[in-house]
Amino acid sequence: MTEQIAPKEQSAQSEANTAARRSRRLPPSTLIMAAGLLFLAIVPPLAYFTGNEFWLSIFTRLTILSIAAVSLNLVLGYGGLVSFGHAAFLGLGAYAVGIPVHHAINGEFESIATTNGLFHIPMAVGVCALYALITGAISLRTRGVHFIMITMAFGQMVFFAIVSIETYGGDDGLTIYERSSLPAISLDNPLTLYAVCFVSLLLALYLVHRIVNSRFGMVIRAAKGNEERIRALGFNAYAYRLLAYVISGSMCGYAGALLGNFTTFISPEMMDWTRSGELMFMVILGGAGSLFGPVLGASVFLLLEEVMSDFTIYWHLPFGIMLILAVLFVRGGISGFADRLLGAKRDD
Amino acid sequence: MDFSLFVVQLLNGLQLGILLFLLASGLTLTFGIMDFVNLAHGSFYMVGAFICATLTFATGSFIWGVLLAIPLVAVVGLATEWIVIRNLYPRDHLDHVLATFGLILVFDTLVQIVWGPAGIVVPLPAWLDGQVTLPGDIVFPTFRLMIICAGLLIAGGLYYLVNHTRLGMLIRAGASNRTMVGALGIDIKTLFSGVFALGAVLAGIAGMLISPITEASIGMGNEIIITAFVVIIIGGIGSMKGAFAAALLIGLIDTMGRSFLDDIFKIVMSSEAAETAAPAISAMLIYILMAVILAVRPQGLFPPKVR
Repeated sequence: MTEQIAPKEQSAQSEANTAARRSRRLPPSTLIMAAGLLFLAIVPPLAYFTGNEFWLSIFTRLTILSIAAVSLNLVLGYGGLVSFGHAAFLGLGAYAVGIPVHHAINGEFESIATTNGLFHIPMAVGVCALYALITGAISLRTRGVHFIMITMAFGQMVFFAIVSIETYGGDDGLTIYERSSLPAISLDNPLTLYAVCFVSLLLALYLVHRIVNSRFGMVIRAAKGNEERIRALGFNAYAYRLLAYVISGSMCGYAGALLGNFTTFISPEMMDWTRSGELMFMVILGGAGSLFGPVLGASVFLLLEEVMSDFTIYWHLPFGIMLILAVLFVRGGISGFADRLLGAKRDD
Repeated sequence: MDFSLFVVQLLNGLQLGILLFLLASGLTLTFGIMDFVNLAHGSFYMVGAFICATLTFATGSFIWGVLLAIPLVAVVGLATEWIVIRNLYPRDHLDHVLATFGLILVFDTLVQIVWGPAGIVVPLPAWLDGQVTLPGDIVFPTFRLMIICAGLLIAGGLYYLVNHTRLGMLIRAGASNRTMVGALGIDIKTLFSGVFALGAVLAGIAGMLISPITEASIGMGNEIIITAFVVIIIGGIGSMKGAFAAALLIGLIDTMGRSFLDDIFKIVMSSEAAETAAPAISAMLIYILMAVILAVRPQGLFPPKVR
């Protein structure tokens, strides 16, 4: 899937074309994003007020997973760094809520024992940033398949570490008895929780949009296309990538904190490497390197999960087959497909 | 620390290392020669265990179960290569990873449909089920000793195959320059299929050997495959020698860490703190080792010379 975007000249040209067209009409991907966000702003509250609280919870999960997928897209889609360990960030973020709450209720570790969300969120972001910095510093020394496997192994390291800590439930997981308390709003209200997640998704999209269009993002994208050239231009690709990895990890950790507040039950299972695979699936299916693609991918993933698991307990089978077929036959994910369908001319 | 316990754990570590080598050798072969990343390699481990379980019950003998299961796993491997994997060789690693992730889901669900959700314990014949007394009054399960012997035999056979046969020569040539081997008139497609099936069989054998100890269960390959990845990362991806050395290293360090780390920690900290910290650290030990080795040598301990 990288081949499409790899030749930098073509891509730059296509961007120039897109920019030229933008003055006359919006590109299809922007229209899709606007429609999608409008849908997410209107339908879930409507579902809640018409008594379909179940659907609101699905949408809440969707927005949270979307934030995680958007964060992964920053490194995977734009940076070409195939991180197979992003579920670990999600898990660490969730445990950054779970552990302080656990101590606030059961005592011990006074210094971190609190139910204050203004502590949880910086904690989740901070822990993930630190973890991303350390593991990224090591993983980014390698390329390609090494990077895939190493990020995967580090993710599994966190998984096993949490499994082996009995205090926090180990394998059985940890129940969060109290949600993060925030000033003025209560996350116990499902609609408020959804609103917080939705606004967070908007912010995440905006942040990624700003990042990839900044000078920093330009270097990241250019390093994906041709690292030698970027180095020859005098940029330290390693440092740029590391920073991108840290940003992505922190953002995913934030999504994890939201996830902990949403499910109120967390377990190591949520950071199993197959969860990382699902996140990657969302990004690739939606369209790596397109801003709104991961949200589309996450929607399709959840839809498949909900619809097919109602239909059969063996829903992983059609899901797996779809994944294989998507890799073999669909290029550029849903976003790329929609772009082609809606007539945006691509140079590739 | 008791000496015989130490030796027993050393042998257990060796046994884990041997199993890891059987898995890692297939991974490193397919990567070395075809530049292909196969996440679904652990699925052959699982499929091997389940087929062996069924055949053991059908024939009433574990040995027959293993011998008959081997060609069947080869067939599964060939079919997988033929239907899916073959189309992926020209793609990039990201595509390999995603498609084989899909394969894992397919295999896990198919096994669940065929064999049901519960695990299957494979019974051993009486002569394998007991324990042997080794020199120095060390008591060790016969079957685990057999795993070590069988694994070493297979490793020896593999070494002979790769280094002293015509097929091995083609494998090595394919690893250093695929295009040239094709240009010299070798049917590269058949070679690839053969190597892939060989890797699948090796993984299958590992699964068959472990099934009497743990049990054949769904998703059993998904956990160990990551450890096998750590092995080939440490050993140097594509290197057979590296896979062997790293597999034994990881097997020993993981086992020894789990058994003795709390004792070591008790020397420097309170026993309560040691009992909390040791399980977490020992679970992370092989990954920490990987991180340290990569920080010093990003290409692993024995990177293949020509790539």
